[in-house]
Formats: sequence, structure tokens, C-alpha cells
Amino acid sequence: MFCSFCGGEAASGDHEHCRARLSAIDPPRYCPECGRRMVVQVDPMGWTARCSRHGETTNAAQR
Amino acid sequence: MTTASTDTATGATGGTDILAVAREQVLERGEGLSEAQVLEVLRLPAERLTEALALAHEVRMRWCGPDVEVEGIVSLKTGGCPEDCHFCSQSGLFDSPVRAAWLDKDRLVEAAKQTAKTGATEFCIVAAVRGPDEKLMEQIRVGVAAIRAEVDINVACSLGMLTQDQVDRLAAMGVHRYNHNLETARSHFPEVVTTHTWEERWETLQMVRAAGMEVCCGGIVGMGETLEQRAEFAVQLAELEPDEVPMNFLIPNPGTPFAHLEVPQGPDALMTIAAFRLAMPKTVLRFAGGRELTLGDFGAEQGMLGGINAIIVGNYLTNLGRPAEQDLEMLDTLKMPIKALNDTL
Repeated sequence: MFCSFCGGEAASGDHEHCRARLSAIDPPRYCPECGRRMVVQVDPMGWTARCSRHGETTNAAQR
Repeated sequence: MTTASTDTATGATGGTDILAVAREQVLERGEGLSEAQVLEVLRLPAERLTEALALAHEVRMRWCGPDVEVEGIVSLKTGGCPEDCHFCSQSGLFDSPVRAAWLDKDRLVEAAKQTAKTGATEFCIVAAVRGPDEKLMEQIRVGVAAIRAEVDINVACSLGMLTQDQVDRLAAMGVHRYNHNLETARSHFPEVVTTHTWEERWETLQMVRAAGMEVCCGGIVGMGETLEQRAEFAVQLAELEPDEVPMNFLIPNPGTPFAHLEVPQGPDALMTIAAFRLAMPKTVLRFAGGRELTLGDFGAEQGMLGGINAIIVGNYLTNLGRPAEQDLEMLDTLKMPIKALNDTL
């Protein structure tokens, strides 16, 4: 598994800052499955993140 | 008559208190503070923040009224920008995690509808570009027409630097307001952007005004500028006489040259809000990006009671905002009515 904010391995390193950003002001930028950068569209009420390998996630799916 | 001496406890210079001066000059006469006066406000000790915010709120109520203008924004074209604005995660020149994305017309119209449901009167379409090419201008033409046909909301655009022909075409499309931020003081701009100049931005803003569109121009607080440069920026904005000034607070985004900078501190940001209101008593002063990290929930309320009279609700371009409902509840709690669309025409 990978950190959705920095793309690093979730099991290694300190991701406290990453979690804080994701919980406050950032949509996921990296696929948690493979660590690839995702194409992210933010709109006024939500976001959509698409990984070329693992498909699309939305804020509705995460909340 | 003032002297150069400053009372460090009160911030009063030579016996003349800047907030007393502002009460007479700004609140009573509606004349914004000068650069030196704005700097005095920015240098006030923290103990006087509450007093400065209260005066800024009085000024806002006197010269702008109680209404709050609500706006939503959306990124039509994300990432891949050729410019090097050091705060921006959408520059293609930096190793940023933001990848290029385009919003299609249907999602654009849906975003405008969602924004209108909040009571917003403004919807701003933004593209990360140096300036629009023909493809983007055509997308804007189609998108603006679709929104105006389906949604009861004013449409604004932010597409970078424009030619005279592009300004005229946007005005003809019915674009109500054009956003182009000067971002920071003229003297600090070369430390923030090297691929174009402050003056080029200023020229676009002059063309926008001449074409009859409203001018929206603000910037970002916390990009390494000095207090002197912050005061300089406030009066440069005042000289432009913009209809709206969006106030952003730096979000140090990964991969950008400013990733290492600290998030601006809340009290510093709030004093800046008060100072900008005292420099521009009659403009729409809007809370924009970064307030979530810098101010939090309590600080947002203090800002609304300290000179701010407009707000971006929902998400920003690449960062997320508070849920729109939370901001609308805040306005309700503060008994601040949302400006109606017929008041903006």
C-alpha cells in the first residue's frame, strides 16, 4: 500500500503530515494500490481521482 | 505632527494612534490608508489585533453593508502550465504530483449548478495557462453559453494574460468579472514568478476594466514578503481599484519552490485582513484559498468579523475547502445575509 499524499510506501516512513493534509485540504494524488500518480479533477463539491491501472475513485466513495 | 518614534506597547507612532487615524480617515471619510499607514497597522502588537479587526468590520459594514458575496470556482484545465509561479502546484516546470486534466462541458455546467444551489452569485472558470489559446477560447465560449442558458449565476473567468481581442471576446460572451491576481507586491514579484512580469499582469487588468468587465485581483499572503512589501501590495491593489480582492494564504504544496515555507500564522493573517480592509474600504474582500490551514474554523469567523465580506465556498482548484454547508452555517450564525443575484446586476 502507498500513501495517497506523497506516494511513498505507507508502511515505511512518517506519514503524519500526509494524513493531516489529506484530512484537511488535499485530495489523493497517488494510487494507494500501486503508487502511480493519478489524474485528479477537483470540482466545487467533490473530486475524482483516476489511476491508469486501478480505475476511478471519488470523494463519495471515500466518505 | 508625528515623529519616527514608536510606542512598542501600543504601536502608536509619535503619539498618533493609527487606529484612531483610521477611524476618522477610513470609517468616517471612506479614504483608504496610505502605504505608510498600512505598514503601521501591520506592525501593531498582537494585543491590538481584536481592536484592529473590530474597526475593519465597522468599515466593511459602513461602506459595503452586511451582505456576503458567495462564489464557487472550478478548474477547467488543470496542470501543465508553462509558467513558474513558485506557489503553484499546476506549473509543468515543477516536480508536482498534480497531473494535467480537462473538465468537459457537462461537468462544468454541473459544477455551476452545484455552486448556485449554495446561494452563490458568482461562478469562476479557471484555467492553468499563460493565456488562452483558440481551443480554450472556444471551450470558454461554449461553456459560458451553456451555463448562462441553464444556471442563474454570474460567470467569471480566470485564464491568465489576455490580448485585446480576447478581452473583447470574453466581454461579448457575457463574462461578468475577470480574475487575474497580481499575487504580491511589485517589488517581490520577481522572487515569485520569473516567466512573466507584474507589469504584464497589470496590462491585462487595465484592458479588462476598459472592456466593461469587473476586475478581480488579489494575491497570496505568506510568500516570503516583508511587512513593508505587504503594505506596498495593499496600496498597489488599492490604486487598481478592483471590484474584488481575493485573499489567499500560502499553501506550501509539494514539488513547488515554496514547499519549504511555513503556513502563515493565524494572527498575522488576521492583521493582514484588517490592514487590507483599511486600505480598501469599499471593495469586495474575499476569503480564498489557504484559510483552512492558516485560520481554522475560529479564525474564519474572526476574519468574517474583521473586514471580509465575500467567500469562496466548497473546493478550490487543486485543494479542498471546507464543506460549503459549514461556511453557510457560519454565515447564518454570524447573521450575515448572502448577497442576492439581483443585487449584483
